[in-house]
Amino acid sequence: MMPTIILFGPLLGALIAGFGWRIIGEKNAMYLTTGLLFLSAFLSWILFFGDYDTVEIITLFRWVESGSLSVDWAIRMDRLTAVMLVVVTTVSSLVHLYSIGYMKDDPQWKKGESYLPRFFAYLSFFTFSMLILVTSDNLLQMFFGWEGVGVASYLLIGFYYRKPSANAAAMKAFIVNRVGDFGFALGIFAIYMMTDSINFSEIFTQGHYLSTVSFSFLYMEVNAVEAITMLLFIGAMGKSAQLFLHTWLPDAMEGPTPVSALIHAATMVTAGVFLVVRMSPLFEYAPGTLAFVTVIGASTAFVAATIALVQNDIKRVIAYSTMSQLGYMFAAAGVGVYQAAMFHLFTHAFFKAMLFLGAGAVIMAMHHEQDMRKYGALRKKIPYTFWAMMIGTLAITGVGIPLTNIGLAGFISKDAIIESTFAAGSAVGEYAFWLLLAAAAMTSFYSWRLMFLTFYGKEKGDKHTHEHAHESPMVMIIPLAVLALGSIFAGMFLYGDFFGKNVFAWFGPAVYVNHETNTVLEAAHDVSKWVKVSPFIAMVAGFLTSYYFYIINPAFPKALAARNPGLYKFLLNKWYFDEAYDFLFVKPAKRFGHFLWKKLDGSVIDGTINGIAMGFIPFLTRAAAKAQSGYLFHYAFAMILGVVGLITWFAIFGGAR
Amino acid sequence: MDNLLSIVTFLPLFGAIVLMFFLRGEDEMAVKNAKLLALFATGATFIASLFILQGFDPSNTGFQMVEEADWLGGLTYKLGVDGISILFVMLTTFMMPIVIGASWKVDHRVKEYMIAFLVLETLMIGVFLSLDLVLFYVFFEAGLIPMFLIIGIWGGKKKIYAAFKFFLYTLLGSVLMLIAMIAMWYDAGTTDIVKLLNHEFSSSTFSVLGFQIIGGAQTLMWLAFFASFAVKLPMWPFHTWLPDAHVQAPTAGSVVLAAILIKMGGYGFLRFSLPMFPVASDIMQNFMFFLSVAAILLTSLIALAQTDMKKLIAYSSVAHMGFVTMGIFAFNQQGIDGAIFQMISHGFISGALFLSVGIIYDRMHTREIAAYGGLAVRMPAFALIFMLFTMANVGLPGTSGFIGEFLTLVGVFKVNTWVAFGATFGVILSAVYALYLYRRVVFGDMIKESLKGIADMDAREKLVIAPLVLFTLLLGIYPALVLDIIGPSVEALVLNFETAVGAAVTAAPGN
Repeated sequence: MMPTIILFGPLLGALIAGFGWRIIGEKNAMYLTTGLLFLSAFLSWILFFGDYDTVEIITLFRWVESGSLSVDWAIRMDRLTAVMLVVVTTVSSLVHLYSIGYMKDDPQWKKGESYLPRFFAYLSFFTFSMLILVTSDNLLQMFFGWEGVGVASYLLIGFYYRKPSANAAAMKAFIVNRVGDFGFALGIFAIYMMTDSINFSEIFTQGHYLSTVSFSFLYMEVNAVEAITMLLFIGAMGKSAQLFLHTWLPDAMEGPTPVSALIHAATMVTAGVFLVVRMSPLFEYAPGTLAFVTVIGASTAFVAATIALVQNDIKRVIAYSTMSQLGYMFAAAGVGVYQAAMFHLFTHAFFKAMLFLGAGAVIMAMHHEQDMRKYGALRKKIPYTFWAMMIGTLAITGVGIPLTNIGLAGFISKDAIIESTFAAGSAVGEYAFWLLLAAAAMTSFYSWRLMFLTFYGKEKGDKHTHEHAHESPMVMIIPLAVLALGSIFAGMFLYGDFFGKNVFAWFGPAVYVNHETNTVLEAAHDVSKWVKVSPFIAMVAGFLTSYYFYIINPAFPKALAARNPGLYKFLLNKWYFDEAYDFLFVKPAKRFGHFLWKKLDGSVIDGTINGIAMGFIPFLTRAAAKAQSGYLFHYAFAMILGVVGLITWFAIFGGAR
Repeated sequence: MDNLLSIVTFLPLFGAIVLMFFLRGEDEMAVKNAKLLALFATGATFIASLFILQGFDPSNTGFQMVEEADWLGGLTYKLGVDGISILFVMLTTFMMPIVIGASWKVDHRVKEYMIAFLVLETLMIGVFLSLDLVLFYVFFEAGLIPMFLIIGIWGGKKKIYAAFKFFLYTLLGSVLMLIAMIAMWYDAGTTDIVKLLNHEFSSSTFSVLGFQIIGGAQTLMWLAFFASFAVKLPMWPFHTWLPDAHVQAPTAGSVVLAAILIKMGGYGFLRFSLPMFPVASDIMQNFMFFLSVAAILLTSLIALAQTDMKKLIAYSSVAHMGFVTMGIFAFNQQGIDGAIFQMISHGFISGALFLSVGIIYDRMHTREIAAYGGLAVRMPAFALIFMLFTMANVGLPGTSGFIGEFLTLVGVFKVNTWVAFGATFGVILSAVYALYLYRRVVFGDMIKESLKGIADMDAREKLVIAPLVLFTLLLGIYPALVLDIIGPSVEALVLNFETAVGAAVTAAPGN
């Protein structure tokens, strides 16, 4: 019962707010959706503290049944679901609350335009889709949630639909995600072909079998489990903005900031990680795919961090930071420590949501200015926001006491990942270890850069704006405070469950680890001291560099950029991915479409058929010209004659037979 | 009721006759009465068709409620319904009141307009219910006449060209089908479809002028039927008449064309090609796959380049029909279930999309995408409806569009991964052109002066489109409503097909 309420509460809120707000009023629509979300969050926390030794499945009703394909709408309750429920509903409820303050008097709208109910309806609809995704007990329902969050994301990125840039970003997000979904869908088809089912409880027992068989895919004989997991992972790459399919995430910052916090930091973008962990019973038998996951994850973490170093838009820095942190999670999953991936997913939700919401408070204080070069010295003017951002920064950079389990959330979970990659002992593990370490240093650098540019130094930019900078209302500060608690304590409190002694018992059957081949998690606890200390050293190095760049010698970054213009431009322009894709895919597709239409359809097909008909048409047009509008009746008449003639023919000869 | 099927078939025609002979005058009252009478007739037909649904037993895979009578000298009048055809009948009767409701603003020769649509409904239902070749052919061909009139009289500026194209294409296909039908009658000695379904047409290879005809007579007949159905559906590369016809047809005409008429092609493959010429169908599988994937990919790209809204949706229809033929020729349960589902679902979705275009066309009198922009500002209800159907067209899970695409893809993946790969790629392209259209029409700021006074959907427009909203969502969330009805019949079809092909393989001289 409880999971059902958690699931459908947000849907109910979305429907009432979306369609009934004229009846209940704008304010009540906001309060209702927010209230229902808090109810869901409260119930989710109760479930979180339950035991999950077995998997419970709540079937709601039938969905698709065709031959041997049989899928229900159902809720799968296990540890993974419980963790995701907490993450989704907690962040979502806080974002709802925060939005009551943030979205009020939005300057994008004209007076008298009712955008609030629509916004809250979208937020709640998003939450519902996300919950469907995480509670699913089969791949199809998961795909439903998967695409549902995609639509919600599309609608919310394009929420300011008057802005062309917002519309472009929304479209891009949807379409790039579709590229990933293309892989996901093929993965589902392949699983169905090989196991005759797409229900988790049935396919999860098939991991070993699938590793022993192969099928023919595009003329290649491929190992079943490797191919399936690889296709599914392509879907995960799209949703979680991993390298090559990441270009939509930075653009998605066109959406209102609470949206960025909820969808593009804490929840939706982690769906890919969730997918990999959820499918661990298959991934465990696919060492090839896992290696690929590790490489992509680590590379993403590294590349995104390099781009974040030089971005000037506060939201884009955090967006690249998100992408980078998602790479960490995949790297962990790739070396077989799914629990560490989930751990970081959990803690990251708190501190990243807080960083975004804090950035939103800064943006609001600065009259919707997002360029950090126009900030500076804000720490006195918006102290609560400053402290929230400070805690978020300490958490993401990984501040804690080395060699203990005392530290902020990011310290505990990120170190767990870095240690795991080292403990894997494989070549890709080592690759990941070094890249993640470098990324950790850069994370520290750009996070502190953000803090220094925003809150320290001198006031830059518009004087008037700085004079009017003001602290946000309590309705926005409270969510920050709650998230701050999570950012500080989530790592320490839950270390034992997510990564420490209890880990296997706590996750129960939700995460599958093949203990015969995969002992990375155990090994991660026993890595050398230098490995354990290295992330901390990277963090300190990043901090010191940043401190030198932006506090001691603020003229230095500019000089450095001037001395290396090529590298600087390369990073500033995000490794030119957008330009490359535009050149390789977008423009050729448009040109090709036009060519097909005008040349193939127009000249070749129509040309041929019309050419044949040329002898026929002039005759008819001459006839038609005589009776101006009646010529069609002639046709009709001719056709009736033809039909009658046919019937007569049949009547005479057919009857005779 | 022993003749329920006949009642449903001819009720609209009866309405047309009443209109023709008993409604006189050109004044406002008469016009209004013509509309009301047409609405009443189509509504009554829909209600009558519900009795078919109620009396239908899905577990019986044969034909039900069969009616048989002697017709003009020696011919037979035979109607019946099975799991393959019943939902096409329901789709027709369901859509027609909507079509009439969407025509409320027609002001030119209203009485004739309504008569044309009512006659068309009878002919369309007849196509799906006929159990006799001649009867089928009569309904199939005669349906062109009212559609001609609808495009030709109530159409747009270039209606002449569109009507010619429509005529020439369809005629060519139909003539070949007619020849094949005569050959079938000659071979089997009957025009009874039930008997023909049990008749085994020769599939032994023979040679003509040195050419080996693999699959023999079956292949030739299959090709002749293919000519007709491929044009009707339409399949790439026989599709070029459709965009022109859609662009010139009035809104209601486009709705009928997209929602029902083109489905006759898909129905034809299921009723004739697969069960009667199984060996030939099997031989032609890869050919059909190729054309299907070409349709999905190429027409999606073409849709991307369109500047006319109706043309874009028309091209998207061709792409969606690609999923239908692909699913049918996967020869398995999911593929064919999905194909039928896709046809029903596409009826709702494309119908609603054309209605949506009609709504703004009525206000602005242009279909140029560039003439719009920022409609969301003044038309929130329209923006919502159009968004829903855009997403349904894209195949978003939760809408009926998804189920059809998913099932056909699942089905075809088992048979040929290349085809599934290509078709799934088409799903990306559909998102591109559909969202691109939506963005240009609905999003953006409202800058154009001409649009500043545009009004949102009125109550009638909402009422007309509401049933489509309901069914698009309902079938997406609970597709069992359709799958339960068609399932057993499709299963039987697949089983018979496999038996027939298997028998042909063992009988072949090589074995």
